[in-house]
Amino acid sequence: MRAFEPIIVAFACEYCAYTAADMAGSLGMSYPPNVKIIRVPCTGKVDTLHLMRALQKGADGVLVAGCYLGDCHYKNGNLRAQQRVGYVSRLLDEIGIGGERVMMTFMSAGQGNVFAQVANEFTEKIRNLGPNPVKLGAGKAAA
Amino acid sequence: MITAVRKPLEEIMGFAAPYSRVLLLGCNECVTVCYAGGRKEVGILASALSMAFLKEGKKLDIVEQTLERQCDPEYVEEIAQTIDQYDAVFSMACGCGVQTVAGRYKDKPVFPMVNTMFMGASERQGVWAERCAGCGDCVLGRTGGVCPVARCSKRIFNGPCGGSTKGKCEIDPGVDCAWQLIWDRLKALGRTDLYSEIIPAKDWRSAKDGGPRRIVREDLLS
Repeated sequence: MRAFEPIIVAFACEYCAYTAADMAGSLGMSYPPNVKIIRVPCTGKVDTLHLMRALQKGADGVLVAGCYLGDCHYKNGNLRAQQRVGYVSRLLDEIGIGGERVMMTFMSAGQGNVFAQVANEFTEKIRNLGPNPVKLGAGKAAA
Repeated sequence: MITAVRKPLEEIMGFAAPYSRVLLLGCNECVTVCYAGGRKEVGILASALSMAFLKEGKKLDIVEQTLERQCDPEYVEEIAQTIDQYDAVFSMACGCGVQTVAGRYKDKPVFPMVNTMFMGASERQGVWAERCAGCGDCVLGRTGGVCPVARCSKRIFNGPCGGSTKGKCEIDPGVDCAWQLIWDRLKALGRTDLYSEIIPAKDWRSAKDGGPRRIVREDLLS
């Protein structure tokens, strides 16, 4: 049986994490191809609904990567994102698919190594957690 | 505004169990402003409910729609052409909206997705607090703009009571004593004379004690 390869959606702030991901590439650091990056102008733009829809449509884990607290280009967008990630995490627990499938992380634009490390660790964590139960259930429901 | 909070998912799942296709109906008014039942919350609940069902290997078709107002018949009429496509309506409006929909579509089960809480105002982003009890005989003009009906735990009219300590209510140190607020405001306004007047016992017939209430405006009747 083929090993489970999770689909990770990463909402990356263009002022830090997106640039950090680019930096990781420039530095020749590898991170898993499982991570699908969505560039956002600020993590404050990432809504609860975006996180929910990503999981509903088949993501196994969702990462929100923003600037360090206090460093947000828009003052507190990353703080808002952190609160929303917390809310979604509790909602996922309520649904029963695991609140740890969504995570907030912080980095600066120069930290390509941090992006690569977080991407590796989160992918590994979701791989250990197994596929999003919604996908397995969808197969049963269609059968 | 009328405030509300979403019901626990488990309760909603219980409502949904017998059905395969439901209309999740939001409202663009109060519940949108308090982030309980507007278009965005409809989307979030639809996602959550859909995932909760799929996790169990079941499928629930959820159609999302949000009306301008669910407490007005003309807006509720908008779903008349499509309502037959659904097994049930899951309303994210306050109790007024749920009842208007249920009253119009009598053969369709209608379930509330939120618990309607109170008439309140926003204290800051993400926090709402009760401000009006709809007593039908407003006294704010003599209490410095602070309502003793909605904000005093005992609803007393000549306070404070003995449970007021350092401006806080005895029920919870996080709750302001309404009568302290009233006094502070009257003092700031230079109207402490209003405080000296004894307010007579309130006639609660204009409030809920007089039974379900109606407003009839003859100039507007059709």
